[in-house]
Amino acid sequence: MQYAISILLSGISLGGQYALIAIGYTLVYGILRLINFAHGDVFMVAGLLMVYLTSFLGGILPPAAVIPAGLLLAVVLTVVLGFVIERAAYKPLREAPRMSVMISAIGVSYLLQNLATYITGGLPQMYPEIPGISKTITIAGVPTKVVTVVTPVLVLVLVVALTQLINHTKIGMAMRAAAKDFETAQLMGIRINAVISVTFVIGSFLAAVGSVLYFTNYPSIVPLSGALPGLRAFVAAVFGGIGSIPGAVVGAFIIGISESVIKGSSWSIFSDAFTFALLIVILVAKPTGLFGEKVTDKV
Amino acid sequence: MLKIENLHVSYGGIQALRGISLEVPDGKIVTLIGANGAGKSTTLRTITGLVKAGSGSIQWNGEELLGKPIDKIISAGIAMSPEGRRVFADMPVLENLRIGAYLRKDKAGIEEDIKWVYSLFPRLEERSWQLAGTLSGGEQQMLAVGRALMSRPRLMMLDEPSLGLAPLVVQDIFSIIREINRQGVTVLLIEQNANMALKIADLAYVLETGNITMSGTGAELLANEKVREAYLGKNG
Repeated sequence: MQYAISILLSGISLGGQYALIAIGYTLVYGILRLINFAHGDVFMVAGLLMVYLTSFLGGILPPAAVIPAGLLLAVVLTVVLGFVIERAAYKPLREAPRMSVMISAIGVSYLLQNLATYITGGLPQMYPEIPGISKTITIAGVPTKVVTVVTPVLVLVLVVALTQLINHTKIGMAMRAAAKDFETAQLMGIRINAVISVTFVIGSFLAAVGSVLYFTNYPSIVPLSGALPGLRAFVAAVFGGIGSIPGAVVGAFIIGISESVIKGSSWSIFSDAFTFALLIVILVAKPTGLFGEKVTDKV
Repeated sequence: MLKIENLHVSYGGIQALRGISLEVPDGKIVTLIGANGAGKSTTLRTITGLVKAGSGSIQWNGEELLGKPIDKIISAGIAMSPEGRRVFADMPVLENLRIGAYLRKDKAGIEEDIKWVYSLFPRLEERSWQLAGTLSGGEQQMLAVGRALMSRPRLMMLDEPSLGLAPLVVQDIFSIIREINRQGVTVLLIEQNANMALKIADLAYVLETGNITMSGTGAELLANEKVREAYLGKNG
């Protein structure tokens, strides 16, 4: 029983972390019809930024201020990174065939991974302990980190905030309009490039928050640390119906819990195989995913 | 006044406009008629900035529009109801109207104009909370016009407003266009239904494969032998 609870807890926590990444995939896809392959690597960079920032800030700030300042800066810099990637690698290709943008995204992904290899020398970097969420507590007799409990709550808060933003603000209205029809949105006076930038900013912000939660659980960061979580989150977004925010969240929790259950069984080694088999099954059986809309290509 | 001079546009290796010049005087209804592919839509899309033009000049009250970003052109007082209506199908009618006022900051004015649009199209008010995708074709056209009006334009451009609508509905749409014009909005209309368009137009231009081949008042072109043959049918 305790074993089951601990598996469920870690699955929910993992699912929440995937959800924060998956939303970034789904938002960008919703507006640009682009699978942003670099998104998982942005998540990895967010983790590395925190490592380097805390060690740098440790030399100049009082100890109590290092982590909060590091968190703040890491999130801000990740957001800037997402913004710059879009402006430098995707915006110049706005009129190009979609495949070119996709290839550019793959290029950015490798660029970030190789940069990380260069900077870290390929050595795993230890994510700093964050007071408060790194502590161990006991739930129903199961010892776990506070982050396990914090994650689903934080995900819920962020998703509700994001939904409010999208449904009840002007920029949200512009995002919804741009997701449906670029041209008509522009005829309303909506600046498409501004909307796209906002989308990348939101996606990178959520990935940065996700990285804090994820790397607190799995503190060793290597240049490929973003690749697999990114892929799993991508599968989650497709599973839920790419373009749909609730879909991405539900998909992520399903993927996270399945992963945790399989890792806790004697089939542990097949956990990723299962995730990607799930991708194939969903693509064959219901290509639009759980909450996906009919595929309508934008003109 | 909108004044286009020697406008050349080509895209995809095709010359869509080969140096057209035309004028849309304030307060008038001007129509551009012509066959499919003559360049009518391209003209409107170039004015809004959706199509980045090759060369020439588009002056709006003395201000050059060519090369300006779309949002600047919209806020200069030009709006367009696009071909095929292109309403936001999964937004309610009211939100479609609000998005038409996207660039405006005057909240009170926006509320007032929603009432104004609803008074022009009472059927939209009845369907205020209905998703735009569930409206009939005619209602969607009204919504597209209403949405464009929400930016409070001085020049309203309509791309094929009668396309695919039943004759009675077309009558409705055209009487609304006249009403909008009476309330002081200049109208630039492109239509395949040349008969209807010429009847309400003060000024008309005929566009053929990227060139303006004829112009005159609506009545003049209605009476013109060539126009009757090419665009109105023998009995038009």
